[in-house]
Amino acid sequence: MTTASVAIAPVVSSGAGPVTARRLIHSEWTKFRTLRSSWWTIATSTVLTVGIGVAIAAASAAEKTSSAMPVDVATRGEIGSIFAQLALGTLAVLLVSGEYGTGMIRSSMTVVPKRLPVLWAKLTVYLAVVFPVTLATSLATFALGQVVWRAHGRPPTSLGADGVAQIVIGAPLYLTVAGVCAIAIATLLRSTAGAISAMVGVFFVLPTVWGAMPASIAEAGRFLPSNAGAALPRLATTAHPLPPWIGFAVLCGYAIALLGLAAWRLRRADV
Amino acid sequence: MIEIENLTKRYGAKVAVDDLSFVVRPGTVTGFLGPNGAGKSTTMRMIAGLDEPTSGTVRVNGKHYRSSRAPMAELGVLLEAKAFHTGRSARNHLLAIGQTAGIGSRRVDEVIEMVGLCDVAGKRVGGFSLGMGQRLGIASALLGRPQTVVLDEPVNGLDPDGVRWIRLLLRQLADEGRTVLVSSHLMSEMAQTATRLVVVGRGRLIADSTVEQFVARTTASSVVVRSPEAARLRGLLQGPDVVVSTDRSDVLHITGLDAEQIGTIAWQANLPILELSVVQPSLEEAYMQATRTSVEYADAASLEAVR
Repeated sequence: MTTASVAIAPVVSSGAGPVTARRLIHSEWTKFRTLRSSWWTIATSTVLTVGIGVAIAAASAAEKTSSAMPVDVATRGEIGSIFAQLALGTLAVLLVSGEYGTGMIRSSMTVVPKRLPVLWAKLTVYLAVVFPVTLATSLATFALGQVVWRAHGRPPTSLGADGVAQIVIGAPLYLTVAGVCAIAIATLLRSTAGAISAMVGVFFVLPTVWGAMPASIAEAGRFLPSNAGAALPRLATTAHPLPPWIGFAVLCGYAIALLGLAAWRLRRADV
Repeated sequence: MIEIENLTKRYGAKVAVDDLSFVVRPGTVTGFLGPNGAGKSTTMRMIAGLDEPTSGTVRVNGKHYRSSRAPMAELGVLLEAKAFHTGRSARNHLLAIGQTAGIGSRRVDEVIEMVGLCDVAGKRVGGFSLGMGQRLGIASALLGRPQTVVLDEPVNGLDPDGVRWIRLLLRQLADEGRTVLVSSHLMSEMAQTATRLVVVGRGRLIADSTVEQFVARTTASSVVVRSPEAARLRGLLQGPDVVVSTDRSDVLHITGLDAEQIGTIAWQANLPILELSVVQPSLEEAYMQATRTSVEYADAASLEAVR
């Protein structure tokens, strides 16, 4: 080991400059790209979306009685994104809880003692990666679905058809904002297991349980984050979902509220 | 410079740091000593802005650290617990940390070489030994060439070579005009490295002085006498503060009288002296003496908890 050189420049010439938004985003991008889990979760979500979407397209194309309505065709292609949500939610949770679990958070918060900018930079990197990737995945799934559909001699549809674009773009929007909720929940709970359980509970278990309630209560289930957001790609599991964009706005409201709580805890609580 | 004023930290009913005040000045290595649970790590966490004080203030280079513009230029910290993601390589860890302050890969490679991690810089940190982890922690602390450096148990897990390296490094940092606060359990190491000491116990300040003053004030030097007539000599060594003990029939350990007085008394009584030496107390003894009450308290408290 090299023990001889302990050369450090004198105090006056410090290499460290002020923390800026650009620098923080650069740092968070390095953190993101240098963990294998980031790429595994993204690959998993892409494979699930495309694989399930194409498989369902093939199954329904083979069944001559299945609906050929453009919106139904598009929606079937997006069912895989519900599964992809598990992988992307895990990615979003790990971005934060991975730091708490390993102790990295102490380094992150020591070099950026204002703390909050780290959360915003993480969020920026997450959005900049996840939305383009999920959008491309969604478009690819739709295109592949059309190839399968046409191969079975069924009438093709296009992105221009009524309501199709809303579904094909809506699914990645839903996934992305649900991931923002996951980042906020992970910042609040600080534990990977806790945050993933909370995500599964809120987005998967709660809507199912709610649906089994008496009609009067089940009706309110459309305001759950999952059903509200999934109204946009028409994937909500409630009988009377909210109007698509209103539902999406409700999900964004949840995300912003959770981020507010997360920011408050990050700023106030000891690391 | 680190200025700590009336610093208190409570975790529920437990007081970890209790009205602590001291100043760590630039240009010297200041040792931070105290038994386990004395509040050293908590104090260091408050200096780094990770824990918010219940009351009191901490200033780093005259400013509140959490509002500093260029934090990495102000303060570099190595905390006791590991502070890196186990799935990331050492080099990527340093890059990500440095990028927050615009520090590029050249400086990162420089610190990697400085701490001797060149061979493993590309390996994931999860497989690092304790000593390698310490070296990476030290690299992170020095990455931004900070004016103030705070290291919690830096020699933990290092081989003798590494311990010597840390000693040289700390002295050099101080010589460059930086403020250096370092905690350690190894008293002999502290005695060789630090020029000033801050000693805490039960969260309170026990001493804040130079190493020499601390040792001199806390423990009296003693004299060892070897004589075949030790029993007769013992009878002559009387006085209000004189304490004589013996572990061999021909050897006496005396405090309260200096070597000149003892030699003169023996000469006047015509007693042969085969050996007469002054024993300077070590930092370790002085530390044990100074912190005994807080350690006893801690033991009593842990016994209480067992019941």
